[in-house]
Amino acid sequence: MQDIVSRILENKKIAEGVYKMTLETEFCQFEAPGQFAMVEVPGRFLRRPISVSEYDSGRYTLVYKVVGKGTLDMSRMAASEEVDALTGLGNGYDVSAIPDGAVIVGGGIGIPPMLGLVKQLVMAGKSCWVVLGFNRAEEMFMVDDFRMFTNDLTIMTADGSRGRKGFVTDAFDHVPYICACGPLPMLKALRDKCDGGQFSLEARMGCGFGACMGCSIETTEGPRRICKEGPVFDKEVVLWERI
Amino acid sequence: MGENLVPDTSVELAGLLLRNPVMPSSGTFGYGLEYKDLYELDTLGAVVTKSVTREPRYGNPLPRIAECDSGMMNSIGLQNPGIDHALEIDFPALRQVYDGPIIANISGFSVGEFAELAARFEKVNYVSALEVNISCPNVHEGGATFGQDPVLAKEITQAVKEVSTKPVFMKLTPNVTDITEIALACEAGGADGISMINNFKAMRIDVRTRKTITAEKYAGLSGPAIRPIAQRMVNEVYHAVRIPIIGIGGIRTADDVLEMVMAGATAIQMGSANLRDPWACKKVIKALPHRMHELGISDLDEIRGVV
Repeated sequence: MQDIVSRILENKKIAEGVYKMTLETEFCQFEAPGQFAMVEVPGRFLRRPISVSEYDSGRYTLVYKVVGKGTLDMSRMAASEEVDALTGLGNGYDVSAIPDGAVIVGGGIGIPPMLGLVKQLVMAGKSCWVVLGFNRAEEMFMVDDFRMFTNDLTIMTADGSRGRKGFVTDAFDHVPYICACGPLPMLKALRDKCDGGQFSLEARMGCGFGACMGCSIETTEGPRRICKEGPVFDKEVVLWERI
Repeated sequence: MGENLVPDTSVELAGLLLRNPVMPSSGTFGYGLEYKDLYELDTLGAVVTKSVTREPRYGNPLPRIAECDSGMMNSIGLQNPGIDHALEIDFPALRQVYDGPIIANISGFSVGEFAELAARFEKVNYVSALEVNISCPNVHEGGATFGQDPVLAKEITQAVKEVSTKPVFMKLTPNVTDITEIALACEAGGADGISMINNFKAMRIDVRTRKTITAEKYAGLSGPAIRPIAQRMVNEVYHAVRIPIIGIGGIRTADDVLEMVMAGATAIQMGSANLRDPWACKKVIKALPHRMHELGISDLDEIRGVV
């Protein structure tokens, strides 16, 4: 974890209620896709946990949804403004453990971190099938970004206004391995559709670095913090019926 | 005070010598392991560990956190690995990375449990003092109810003092009509000091879902929002008891520290400030002597309880 002050290169709306903020920094400490940043929003007491969608040594991208006052403030920040954030938080996806041909599933605002993951898989020479779920066509975002890395991509919309009609869980019956990020009901529906997988969870957080126990879940290995041991968990260790 | 004299930030707290009055409050610092790579923990005046109970506890369901204007709310519910694990793993791990005074916070669900926990620390020489949590707002049985009844508060203080040779600080809840009554009961029971205050019981509602934001209906409010109330309470207790006070409530800056000491505190704790800025204690410790110098304060003793 590092506290980094970055400069906003761009902060723009990319879909209904969804924004993309690209930040420039001298150094950037993200080490794995699926990690997140705790973003300080001036005037708000707690920082906001936002997953990183893409990163390299000098820049990182946060795609976020406006869900409350803090993210609304974020959406109003302008290019060249400075942003203070704790970066490199959480474990992220273990790319080495993902087999060839895994299904990468993103639902709604769980989609952004999957871009970094797909990029890493492609760089590692592994094939994958990407399934992205949206409510409706107007809420779609980042699809072209994914197409830069793979043509194996299926779009699902709940109302059928684009791609196939249905939820991401309607895209396949049973597959060997899934990496997923999205709403909890989606994750719960996916866990029985694969033999193994890495699922990313979200929660309201106090600190984001393991100090407050605000985001602990129960697992087969005892309580685990979403912000510290997670947000990505082996789907077998999570006691899903208890969250 | 001479121009070049460095102000003295050290304090004596119930027999403990602290290099400065700043310590992280229980539950915001774990056992220090999340902070050890961020800064030298030995710069802290003391470390107060996460509250430990007899049995391991997972705590309350999520969400456990809500934000509010000028602060936050939590309903963790005393998640901790239990006393056996804590003594075997967590306290030794803290000792590996930190040489200063450790204040162990304990939570019981009966008078006997408090005494049992206190006794377990007798053999742990590197734990300097105990902080007895009779004020957790987030458990359904026990918790704050002990700290809302002067008879029970005194009884727990006596039970802990009977088995412990370490200084004992009783951590009080602000959710009472007259906090001096509880502080006096603890003093009468033999307490060596008062830690005050714990969170205020509070509630927030999501207007869209018409449900509380935290899964538990009520949660504990902390942060700058409570600081003026905490200071008023510290001041009331300062004028009522003779034992020292550790002032707690929304402290974020060196000026906040000085204000709390002027209200009557001997030392202070920083809680939620650590969560928004993990370097918060370090920054305040660094700023404190400079600010004292600017204000012409050579020693914290000279400003304590000036109002």
